[in-house]
Amino acid sequence: MTQPLLEMKGITKSFPGVKALDGVTFDLNEAEIHALVGENGAGKSTLMKVLAGVYPHPEYGGQIVLDGSERRFANVRDSEHAGIAIIFQELSLVKELTVAENIFLGREPRRFGIINWEELYSRAQKLLGELRLQIDPRTPVVNLGIGQQQLVEIAKALSQDARILVLDEPTAALTDAEVETLFGILNDLRARRVAMIYISHKLDEVFRIGDRITVLRDGKTIDTTATRATDEARVIAKMVGREVDQIFPEAKHDRGDVIFEARNVTVEDPSVPGKLLVDRVSFSAHKGEVLGIAGLMGSGRSELLMAIFGAHAGRKSAEIFVDGKQIQINNPSDAIKQGIGFVTEDRKRYGLILDQTILKNMTLACLRRVSGRFVTSEDAEAAAGERAANDLRIKASSVFTVAGTLSGGNQQKVVLAKWLLTNPRVLFLDEPTRGIDVGAKQEIYAQINRLAETGFAIVLVSSELPEVLGLSDRIIVLHEGRVTGEFTRKEATPEAVMSCATGHARLAA
Amino acid sequence: MSDTPTIGRLKLRTSALRAYTMLLALIVIWLFFQWATIDQYHPYGLFLGAVNFSKLLQQTAVTGVLAVGMLMVIVSGNIDLSIGAIVGLAGGVAAMTQGWGLVPCLAAAIVIGLVIGAVQGSLVAYVNIPSFIVTLGGLQAWRGVILKLTKGATIPVELPFFRSLGRDFIHPRIGIALAAVAVVAIVWTNTRRNRARRRHGLPALSMAATLTRIIIPSIVVIAFIVLMNQAGGVPIPVIFLLAVALAGAFLTANTTFGRYLYAIGGNPDAARLSGINIKRYILAAFCLMGALAGLASILHTARVGASSPDAGTLMELDAIASCVIGGTSLMGGRGTVFGAVLGALILASLDNGMSLLNYENWAQYVVKGGVLVAAVGFDMFGRRKG
Repeated sequence: MTQPLLEMKGITKSFPGVKALDGVTFDLNEAEIHALVGENGAGKSTLMKVLAGVYPHPEYGGQIVLDGSERRFANVRDSEHAGIAIIFQELSLVKELTVAENIFLGREPRRFGIINWEELYSRAQKLLGELRLQIDPRTPVVNLGIGQQQLVEIAKALSQDARILVLDEPTAALTDAEVETLFGILNDLRARRVAMIYISHKLDEVFRIGDRITVLRDGKTIDTTATRATDEARVIAKMVGREVDQIFPEAKHDRGDVIFEARNVTVEDPSVPGKLLVDRVSFSAHKGEVLGIAGLMGSGRSELLMAIFGAHAGRKSAEIFVDGKQIQINNPSDAIKQGIGFVTEDRKRYGLILDQTILKNMTLACLRRVSGRFVTSEDAEAAAGERAANDLRIKASSVFTVAGTLSGGNQQKVVLAKWLLTNPRVLFLDEPTRGIDVGAKQEIYAQINRLAETGFAIVLVSSELPEVLGLSDRIIVLHEGRVTGEFTRKEATPEAVMSCATGHARLAA
Repeated sequence: MSDTPTIGRLKLRTSALRAYTMLLALIVIWLFFQWATIDQYHPYGLFLGAVNFSKLLQQTAVTGVLAVGMLMVIVSGNIDLSIGAIVGLAGGVAAMTQGWGLVPCLAAAIVIGLVIGAVQGSLVAYVNIPSFIVTLGGLQAWRGVILKLTKGATIPVELPFFRSLGRDFIHPRIGIALAAVAVVAIVWTNTRRNRARRRHGLPALSMAATLTRIIIPSIVVIAFIVLMNQAGGVPIPVIFLLAVALAGAFLTANTTFGRYLYAIGGNPDAARLSGINIKRYILAAFCLMGALAGLASILHTARVGASSPDAGTLMELDAIASCVIGGTSLMGGRGTVFGAVLGALILASLDNGMSLLNYENWAQYVVKGGVLVAAVGFDMFGRRKG
């Protein structure tokens, strides 16, 4: 066996409070597609960012060896010069420019500083031809579908003489036909001796296209094997093979009547007409119960909740029942009136007004009830806010502290307090512990159990499998907008849930 | 970045700090002009004398009223560039409809402003056209409508009562009565506040704090009335400004409407998900702005004594500058009515003071422009260091 093109040895990378990568080893040969799989948060993206020079040399530990010599990339440009190109999930094309302009952005062929448009377009044409792409280089990118944009990104990478191509979830937004085109191109590239790292949650694709598979878990390399020598069940076992942590307190939930039911929720992608993000999903939530919704990134979990809450921008349809009565929810205000609370994901974007005080954030959704219909009373608010802050143990010098200065865990508690103050009976929690430290996580878990015990119906969405397994009384699993499995707490094993989340129908329990 | 800078033992919130800095800047400007206007006839200076101070406040009135409306629009994350044109149009309509009588012609001005605000606000909120574009279009279009309606003519104000709205004073005795009402109101709100705090189980403010909160504002009110009465009483436009500023301050700080505006400007996604009907509140802010522009047009037309086709030109920029000098963020979500009115007062003080000193026109423009940029630059500098 010849020497590998790329070797990453003993890579470690820490963020405050978390060790994202812990001695990861990974190698890549010429003319190989090497698949990288693992749960959300396993460290795949971080590893690729180390490779791309997003985190420059002294910020990580370990060695990157390219062509037998160690390389230390100071920035993304360095790694690009070394022939490494990464195509991220969020495409980085300038939508208003043409295909050719995008391909050569920053490297336009020019003479005396003046762009040579003839050469630009003819070179772009040639490049697209090599990839057998039927795209006019003069088309503005905004007119292309997501799939074609992805292919333009690949063309752009190849125009920079990339020898190593990293594809991060390249098929997440593609239709089946586009996936076939992409795979055709990847096979061609392999024949041209390009090496590729293929990151995906979809194991069927990984097995179709990958030569080898490396499994990451909790920032460690678990295993690297040839695709031929393994199967999906074994890979899934390696992905989840962790004891469900002991941090989940045993909870005694008294399951009561159904208070909330959603039937046939269907949600269309606002930017891609006809593409369904959620396809006829139904579920119900009982009083005193935690219903977990598991699923990988892009499975439609957040869109499902957003649509039910009346906050989805695109087309949707759903039948919603509260206490057995069908209701209509047109906007978040309707949902709040029906007793639904929604602790949204991404607290900085959707949850908080960072400039304002904790108190103003907490009372935003319940202002009329707590403070007055038109004239507000700061004192009435402060009284309600102090109680909520104490109940949730929000650590801040007072409720008049500005929310943006708090730690992630305390910010999350402020968002939770905001929704508890609306007196909900059904509480949606979307990624309630994303980006907060372990101690704060445990406090949030304890709160979730306490709320269920006091009779709330809780719907919990999380991409952390242990969290869903540890807290939920029942679990439904989504994959590409469809329900692929439903489990009780007893039946749910990490392997079975992960198998459904990667697109398999439910395994026999 | 900490939110509570310390000055000695005093802890202040950043927003409060900004307000105090601007108040300090205003006092420095006043003292400077007072010193600069000392001459043989005015051994203590002319600027802060009752007559000039009264004139200064009259000059502030129109910009101040507009700044209060502009503040609400900017806090919601929008802008209104059309208000100068609205002032011109509404003033023209008021002057043309004097034949209908006093109340109908004044009402016409305010209704015109309100309707224009509603049209522009709907385009912004419900059709999603950026407010900059909608009101930039308005700036041109409404000016055109003025030319068509008035055929480019200047129309004099003939109703004596209309004219007196911009030029006359309230009787000194009424001024004293108003001061008495204000002092009673100050005492009442403070005692009521303490009772409310106890009812909600919060500790009441100490006796000393309560007394300070009563005595200092009361002294300011009384001193103001005494000074104004030396110059014939409080000018009527100033009464309007005070009323608008008080109402605006109450609306922004003590109502759900105000809170929602700040939330919408601060994080529209969070506001929407918290059940706030964003569109309705943005529309309301534009309607209020339009109505206040109508009111400002009345004060302006009355003061000038006539409506002219170019009345109100560039007033939108003065109003925006007032807000910005007073600490309003053009990104939305930040700013106070107090700051906006303070900003208007700073601008008017510069105008008035430099005129007294016979500065040439060009110098006045340069100084005002410099102050605007310096105020924001100072703020940025302070924020980085803070």
